Amino acid sequence: MALTPPEAKIWWNEKVERGELVWIVIAFLWGLVMFFMMVYWHLEGQQNLSNEVYRISPEKFLAKTEKFTEQYKVREEAGIPVAKAPAGSDVYMLARLWEWWPILELEKGQTYRVHLSSVDWQHGFSLQPVNVNIQVHPGLEHVVTITPTQTGEFSVVCNEFCGVGHHTMIGRIHVVDK
Amino acid sequence: MSIAESHSGIIGGIAARFRTCPATGLQIDLAAERLIKANAVAAVVFLLVGGVFGLLVALTRWPAVHLLPADMFYLVLTAHGLDVLLLWILFFEMAVLYFASAVLLNCRLAAPRFAWLAFILMLVGGVLTNIAVLQGDSSVMFTSYVPMQASPNFYLGLILFAVGALIGCLVFLGTLVIAKEEKTYEGSIPLVTFGALTACIIAIFTIASGAIILIPTWLWSLGYISHIDTLMYKLIWWGMGHSSQQINVAAHVAVWYAIAAITVGAKPLSEKVSRTAFLMYILFLQLASAHHLLVEPGISAEWKVFNTSYAMYLAVLGSLIHGMTVPGAIEAAQRRNGFVNGAFEWLRKAPWGNPAFAGMFLSLVLFGFLGGISGVVLGTEQINILMHNTLYVPGHFHATVVAGTTLAFMALTYLVLPLIFQRKVILPGLAKWQPYLFAIGVSGISLFMMGAGTLGVSRRHWDITFSDAALSFDYPSAAFLMLGLNGLSAILAAVGGGLYIVITVGSLLFGEKVTADNVVEALGPMPTRKVSEAVKEYGNAGTFHLPGTYILVAVFFTAFVLYYFVNWKYVSDLWPMG
Ligand code: HEM
Ligand SMILES: [Cu+2]
Ligand SMILES: [Cu+2]
Repeated sequence: MALTPPEAKIWWNEKVERGELVWIVIAFLWGLVMFFMMVYWHLEGQQNLSNEVYRISPEKFLAKTEKFTEQYKVREEAGIPVAKAPAGSDVYMLARLWEWWPILELEKGQTYRVHLSSVDWQHGFSLQPVNVNIQVHPGLEHVVTITPTQTGEFSVVCNEFCGVGHHTMIGRIHVVDK
Repeated sequence: MSIAESHSGIIGGIAARFRTCPATGLQIDLAAERLIKANAVAAVVFLLVGGVFGLLVALTRWPAVHLLPADMFYLVLTAHGLDVLLLWILFFEMAVLYFASAVLLNCRLAAPRFAWLAFILMLVGGVLTNIAVLQGDSSVMFTSYVPMQASPNFYLGLILFAVGALIGCLVFLGTLVIAKEEKTYEGSIPLVTFGALTACIIAIFTIASGAIILIPTWLWSLGYISHIDTLMYKLIWWGMGHSSQQINVAAHVAVWYAIAAITVGAKPLSEKVSRTAFLMYILFLQLASAHHLLVEPGISAEWKVFNTSYAMYLAVLGSLIHGMTVPGAIEAAQRRNGFVNGAFEWLRKAPWGNPAFAGMFLSLVLFGFLGGISGVVLGTEQINILMHNTLYVPGHFHATVVAGTTLAFMALTYLVLPLIFQRKVILPGLAKWQPYLFAIGVSGISLFMMGAGTLGVSRRHWDITFSDAALSFDYPSAAFLMLGLNGLSAILAAVGGGLYIVITVGSLLFGEKVTADNVVEALGPMPTRKVSEAVKEYGNAGTFHLPGTYILVAVFFTAFVLYYFVNWKYVSDLWPMG
């Protein structure tokens, strides 16, 4: 019984039952398949999280984002500037209690380098309804290369709890045709 | 021999008082018994408190009900996570540790005074953290990611609690040493104790990680340290947060083996295989904390892939093995009990009316199918981009830690009441249904939260209509439906959980005394009374084929593979990124 000492004193020399052995081998191979799937996707897949990250002070990131916004502002929406940078360029979005700033306008099929960081607490970049979720830290500037494949109005929901206004923290990305 | 009878024994020069268990003939140290009772009672109280909080959270997330205001919601959610995940589970695990050492090894408990110190520290710590949260200035969630700050007592309470748990682990280890020295058992420790030892070793690692991160964070909250790195915090915090989940798994797998042994007379198919599977938890678990960091910036992809999988899938392998050997052991035992027809007579004729057995088997199935599969999928580096911090995450872990661990512990309670508290379970008619009710409710909250998460709904979020926000976003109406069904399931789970508490507390207060005459009956319906005799001789699967188990495992594996690749398909539909 499992509640009493093993009956065979030398239990580590027991012969393993065939059925058990087969399952152990299958389960082990399945683990390898799952491991190599991730490696394979880094080589062949299109959806991987970027490893490009820089340390940066919140003040500096704020200054960079403000400069970017000033330079490329095309209009305002609900009082928030909308920035449209040339296709294929670097764009910035910062997280702070409780907004994503500024609003970005991107072109479909173009590849952008999106710089993400927070100037206060941690936030969660959750692009909806695409469903891409990336953690955003203060002090780390994360450069994510992204290529929108659909046009329309997308929202950035904050999905890392960031205080009592967390559920009001929502941003916007527009994707338009060329 | 009367059950109330106790006598003093002198073992190793130290006086301990024992009684003889009428069901097993084991000598039970009365000090150990009192400690098991105290820890189990504390556990149940925190389950009650935390469970009520869980219901309030679920009712708030149901858009049509939206019960609590925002600040209360975040406060209650913080308290829910702490009370159930830490306090309920760890107090119960302390009881399991003392049971698996002193009781199963027929031995006195090492240093009962230290065990009481452990209990008091855990209690004071738990209450202190709760007070900090209820005062309203520590609504930081139980993960308390910096630089969001709670009041110093929030961290201090957790530190005290952890120190207490550490002392409890040392008492457990000390008891193993005493049992060995005083030769209270022959050969190796029983499998269940081996599982508890696994849990204990992981717990020590876990608590060390917790101390490394919580002590500086506490000092930071007091103003003595100016800065805590956000990434470092998470890395070490999850060294505690994830590894502690492996304590739960090791503990509840040990509980599965124990319940299967008592209710149907199951014995491990192979001691070697089952023990090796436990060992894998220790060897390969620690780095699995990586799968909480898969979408963090500043950690290389190589590190993530290696640590979330290479190491992790070998720990998963451990669970996959138990997933076969536990039902296999049950099937073998049931066949020895005489249920040999077809592939599934053993399962159909299992003691489904015994809440200990039913709870154990439901825990096994739900942990594997819902919790296990979703966990591996969620912990795949690229698939995590789809799911990180959505409601999929709480959906997954309610299947592991509630349908798995909590339900297994509930099931064990139905045996602990007669064996340790020496009380018959009251309301047996209702007790019979309790595991089913709870299992259905919890399966519902798991599945519907996963469903909402697949639709992108954020976890820890008060208002998915964004009514106070400057901009707006409309989730698909299916998301609202999911949250409504989640609310309904939460009510069912709460009824099932409430019933458990009523039965447990009621049995303590009003249950009929258990004596040598009615102890077997008090354990609930069993397939054959002579079960433990029938399986005395060593016999493994070799004497019986286990077609039922092979079929169950095949169904499980097919579901796993299909669901895994379906999610890769979803990933391939995302915008290209890199
Ligand atoms: C009646 C039973 C329960 C119900 C209805 C329930 C419901 C919920 C809901 C709706 C959430 C919130 C999801 C969100 O908004 O992010 C949640 C979170 C959570 N639950 Fe439960 N739960 C129950 C029991 C338990 C138990 C027994 C445990 C642990 C053993 C548990 C552990 C947790 C944890 C750790 C969280 C995460 C808290 C956080 O995000 O900080 N729950 N629960
Ligand atoms: Cu935020
Ligand atoms: Cu937030």
